[in-house]
Amino acid sequence: MAELKLMKGNEALAEAAIRAGVDAYFGYPITPQSEVIEYLMAERPEKRTGMVVLQAESEVAAINMVYGAASTGKKVMTSSSSPGISLKQEGISYIAGAELPAVIVNVVRGGPGLGTIQPSQADYFQSVKGGGHGDYKLYVLAPASVQEMSDFVADAFDIAFKYRAPVLILSDGLIGQMMEKVVLRDQIERITDEDLIKNQGSWATTGKKDRHRNIITSLDLQSEKMEARVHRLQKKYKQMELEDLRYETIQCDDADYLIVAYGSSARISQKAVELARNKGIKLGLLRPITLFPFPKKQLFDLADQVKGILSVELNSGQMVEDVKLAVEHKVPVEHFGRTGGIIHTPEEVLEALEQKIIKHGDFRHHKTRESSIL
Amino acid sequence: MSEEIIIAGFGGQGVLSMGKILAYSGIMQDQEVSWMPSYGPEMRGGTANVTVILSDERISSPYLKVYDTAIILNQQSMDKFESTVKPGGILLYDTNGISHHPTRTDIKIYQIEGAKLAAEMGNKKVFNMIILGAFLKIKPIVKLENVLSGLKKSLSERYHHLIPLNKEAITMGMNHLNVFNAEQQIIHS
Repeated sequence: MAELKLMKGNEALAEAAIRAGVDAYFGYPITPQSEVIEYLMAERPEKRTGMVVLQAESEVAAINMVYGAASTGKKVMTSSSSPGISLKQEGISYIAGAELPAVIVNVVRGGPGLGTIQPSQADYFQSVKGGGHGDYKLYVLAPASVQEMSDFVADAFDIAFKYRAPVLILSDGLIGQMMEKVVLRDQIERITDEDLIKNQGSWATTGKKDRHRNIITSLDLQSEKMEARVHRLQKKYKQMELEDLRYETIQCDDADYLIVAYGSSARISQKAVELARNKGIKLGLLRPITLFPFPKKQLFDLADQVKGILSVELNSGQMVEDVKLAVEHKVPVEHFGRTGGIIHTPEEVLEALEQKIIKHGDFRHHKTRESSIL
Repeated sequence: MSEEIIIAGFGGQGVLSMGKILAYSGIMQDQEVSWMPSYGPEMRGGTANVTVILSDERISSPYLKVYDTAIILNQQSMDKFESTVKPGGILLYDTNGISHHPTRTDIKIYQIEGAKLAAEMGNKKVFNMIILGAFLKIKPIVKLENVLSGLKKSLSERYHHLIPLNKEAITMGMNHLNVFNAEQQIIHS
């Protein structure tokens, strides 16, 4: 039976991890995501499902525990917030290079540096443009509600095992700290050792018996082999774009103007859409649910319909670059966003749209066209 | 129906838990709810506030600039939030520690002496339930029975014996609400 609860985003994610049949969680506390490990510890999942929950001595240790445990084909995850995720980047690159399934959660806070503990979306570049070194990408899910904090855990593991690749859940302090109604999914049994050998035995270090050795490594000193590995990764990313893109459109059918926003900014922008519609402005919202893959084609097509696009993010302008790439100069694209832990209000978003897009829309339209021809 | 509420006061006054009980009450009557706290260093002994939204439809932004109702429990919060009430909206405040009373004439203003009433009841912890009672008298957006079942859900079982006391506090709040006339700065019981 589905269960209805009032929960914080972080708690809902932690409960979902137990229910998704996760084998192990390794983490280290940091605001604003500490409720994840607190909840997991309090729930005693080792009694409920046998799940291992361990507070490591550092973020670096936690991600390397994930690397090791993921090598065995088990469902493993970690979570942190921005400065902690920076520390984990080396390990994430290794996990991507070694082609292992794992789920990483970032409940973003303001940066750079130790920054602030308030909400932010300033880790977009880090999340979708690599973060760590090398030619890899993460499949990035951006929850915009407590319900999605819960649902995306199992979804992330499905993708992680489908592609044998790390998946990032990119949340932020607002979604992590707020409470909403959430319908919890039913408990999934943890995978048995027999099933694990059957499903993941071809690559995982399940304990050698009557087969060749499975070696987990991200190192290939033979260039041809290393290039083949990189190509294999790129093929996975192409397939993700074709098969596992997720996005939501709100009031886009008749829209003259468009906001692109994910996560908490999408929620705030949805209210801005309501306010705009009350004023007679036909505004729509495109919410990328996956930040990689990015809804490029959908944006390219919507650019034929709308007069201008505003990318709303709690940062100084990051996703706006991907929006511009997707739109290919068809219409003006601008950015709006507060930083430092300040959250923009729906009113501020609407005002930015009016000032940056509607007021100058037609003028810039011509200017952009001309400059792109020159 | 949609009701957008800010509850603001000092840390320790039960601001966040009052919001949580309101949110739980909304769930009890099949509504969508959101509870968005201000969090951060300001919570330590400083101001605490929470935005609570109850709606029949999917809630867009959990974070707002203006509200249908502001429930204000100290002077700092009055300074910050009086101006955020929508015209025609409601401002309910506890008089304890208030030196500058509200001045807006385009909203409905109510007073409750919650701190005093809680002291009279001999339990300062029921302060927030007295305030909640006063609010529900003005705007009965959730039924008392749903508040009580919400309390049951949000309190762990070892505190369930306190539910009758909380009910009493809610009723106390409902019965001691005053209207404040900002233009003449006078109170009507």
